[in-house]
Amino acid sequence: MASGAPAKRVDAVRALRDAGVTALLTFGLFLPLIGFQTVTDVRNDLILNTRWPLLFAVVALVGFSRLAYSFAIEPWLQNRALKPAVEPAAWRGKVARWIIPFAIGFVVAYPAIVLATAGFGRAVKWIDNFGIQVLIYVMLGWGLNIVVGLAGLLDLGYVAFYAVGAYSYALLAKTFGFSFWILLPLAGTLASFWGILLGFPVLRLRGDYLAIVTLAFGEIIRIVLINWVDLTNGYAGITSIPRPTFFGIPFNADDDGFAAVFGLEYSPIYRTIFLYYLILALAFLTAFVTMRLRRLPVGRAWEALREDEIACRSLGINTTNTKLTAFAMGAMFAGFAGSFFAARQGFISPDSFTFLESATILSIVVLGGMGSQIGVAIAAVVMIGGTEIMRELDFLKLVFGSTFDPTQYRMLLFGLAMVLIMIWRPRGLITTRQPSVVLKERKAIASDLVKEGHG
Amino acid sequence: MTTPLLTVRSVKTFYGRVMALKGVDLDVNEGEIVTLIGANGAGKSTLMMTVCGNPRAREGMIDFAGQNITRMPTHEIARLKLAQSPEGRRIFSRMTVLENLQMGATTADPSHFKRDLDRVLTLFPRLQQRISQRGGTLSGGEQQMLAIARALMAQPRLLLLDEPSLGLAPLVVRQIFDAIKTLNAEDGLTVFLVEQNAYHALKLAHRGYVMVNGFITMSGTGHELLERPEIKSAYLEGGRH
Ligand SMILES: Nc1ncnc2c1ncn2[C@@H]1O[C@H](COP(=O)(O)OP(=O)(O)OP(=O)(O)O)[C@@H](O)[C@H]1O
Ligand SMILES: [Mg+2]
Repeated sequence: MASGAPAKRVDAVRALRDAGVTALLTFGLFLPLIGFQTVTDVRNDLILNTRWPLLFAVVALVGFSRLAYSFAIEPWLQNRALKPAVEPAAWRGKVARWIIPFAIGFVVAYPAIVLATAGFGRAVKWIDNFGIQVLIYVMLGWGLNIVVGLAGLLDLGYVAFYAVGAYSYALLAKTFGFSFWILLPLAGTLASFWGILLGFPVLRLRGDYLAIVTLAFGEIIRIVLINWVDLTNGYAGITSIPRPTFFGIPFNADDDGFAAVFGLEYSPIYRTIFLYYLILALAFLTAFVTMRLRRLPVGRAWEALREDEIACRSLGINTTNTKLTAFAMGAMFAGFAGSFFAARQGFISPDSFTFLESATILSIVVLGGMGSQIGVAIAAVVMIGGTEIMRELDFLKLVFGSTFDPTQYRMLLFGLAMVLIMIWRPRGLITTRQPSVVLKERKAIASDLVKEGHG
Repeated sequence: MTTPLLTVRSVKTFYGRVMALKGVDLDVNEGEIVTLIGANGAGKSTLMMTVCGNPRAREGMIDFAGQNITRMPTHEIARLKLAQSPEGRRIFSRMTVLENLQMGATTADPSHFKRDLDRVLTLFPRLQQRISQRGGTLSGGEQQMLAIARALMAQPRLLLLDEPSLGLAPLVVRQIFDAIKTLNAEDGLTVFLVEQNAYHALKLAHRGYVMVNGFITMSGTGHELLERPEIKSAYLEGGRH
């Protein structure tokens, strides 16, 4: 194998046999699911329909996919495994240097770009459904990244802190009429308090055990929200939550509203743009704080904790405090995001804080590459933005008929994208870890010092 | 004579119900190199870890620099300037060499960081070359140097080294032993060393202890122990060169 082994020839017989077996299995599986369909006619009798063409189309599709896998993807994966890891090319470094300023410029200019291209009427949808939605998940991803990516504590109940933030804002704003700007830090503080509360019992747990306990914690919070009807109004949720104001100026059509004060014609777009920049600022805050913390002892301790807890302790790091601060910081940003969410929606209910949310946020962190902020941001854009774009694919109706609703397939595509990313990059999109410190001056070492010592 | 830097008195340590240390007495004086030798499973690493409070001693007493540390949490013991390069090295593999060293300096005075860094990099020039390489990609010997260097960054008064020569080529073992000697001679560092490489360790150390099955069975100066027939037959046969 020394002389760079040639790619293995594809065994055609085996590939065909595999495809046949796969098609057969698909047939067996989908015969009852797709092949037969029962409908009730006008007399309310059950009629058994057969759908052979559809069934065979599916079987053929799966069979050919398997064939394609044997002939194309498998050899490619094997080839890739054989090739030695190459140093990243120089152009990659250049791209990496410019990509961040470019991305920042783009997100800052995004509302203007949308206004210019989509027009005033459709812009709200693009800024709100797409921009704000993605940014919320970028922020949540960055927050969870502190806990999972940096400190290595697998947290499956992250949405609990998001919920705490949202309900804190909703309840306090409705009951006491405090403004968004007072409640934002308060919601963050409350969420981080709950983070510490969760942290204490799970201090000694790691990995799978920690995951299960945090999962349970997330469910507990949701079930309390459902059942404590006096406080939270249960399933019905909380409505007409006060919206954030522009430093005291509300976004409404009144005479003292934002539009009137600034002499503009009233439009809901001003609030949307304001909310966009608000969540953008919150997301930047998260990224900035995380970046700073990574260079401070506490951030370094998080990363060291992920690697080796015993070594940390013997170096004088208080691992208890280190874990608790990771939980608290992560929870605080979820709390910020939660109170923003409540203020943006004006309505919250326990439905928004299901395990699926935690799972989505965790997928974003894992797919992005644990610990990489850029990776997490890209993953959030792909996963959340991608599924939002699904709503827009009206042309699919031409292909699949007018009853076809692409949004129903969001989760299917979500899963498919995840599988593909994991085949392509098993350790996430961005795996290189940026050192938190580099030596500025490169000292020249005399060569006699470098040589192996001789006794 | 002044009181020893480290005093271990009738310490018993348990793993569950199994007694791993069965009443250990041992002293390390300031400025000494003391070595502990013994067969696999004798309890040497357990003693090292017990001194650091992980696991705790169930009975007995451990004193360090005049303080009773028997019940202290590990991280507070470390802050008293007792550093350990543990068995299995336990370096942070995804972090760079420099970051590892920085982690070592957690309890140290930050204003001395530069000076300490220069010191360990002069001691282990190989680390200087690898300064921005990730710890996990270092060779075994380099990882061992890093583990020692990281412990040194804490400006320790007492350095515990658990089998620094494990799995290393004789040349690298020599380098590491030379480094220990230099540290002791030039910086007055006190070293407590666990070794399988009994011959080298006893030659290097001022004093040595022999551990068998959780007991200390013999002690004396390095030279004395080297001359003992029991030691020769049990630990030195074939090992000398
Ligand atoms: N975490 C643990 N749980 C249970 N038993 C343990 C544990 N660690 C060590 N032991 C047992 O305690 C005894 C002493 O182990 P220790 O690691 O101290 O030996 P050692 O002298 O360092 O041996 P070696 O030279 O092989 O490193 C052994 O019998 C070992 O099996
Ligand atoms: Mg050992």
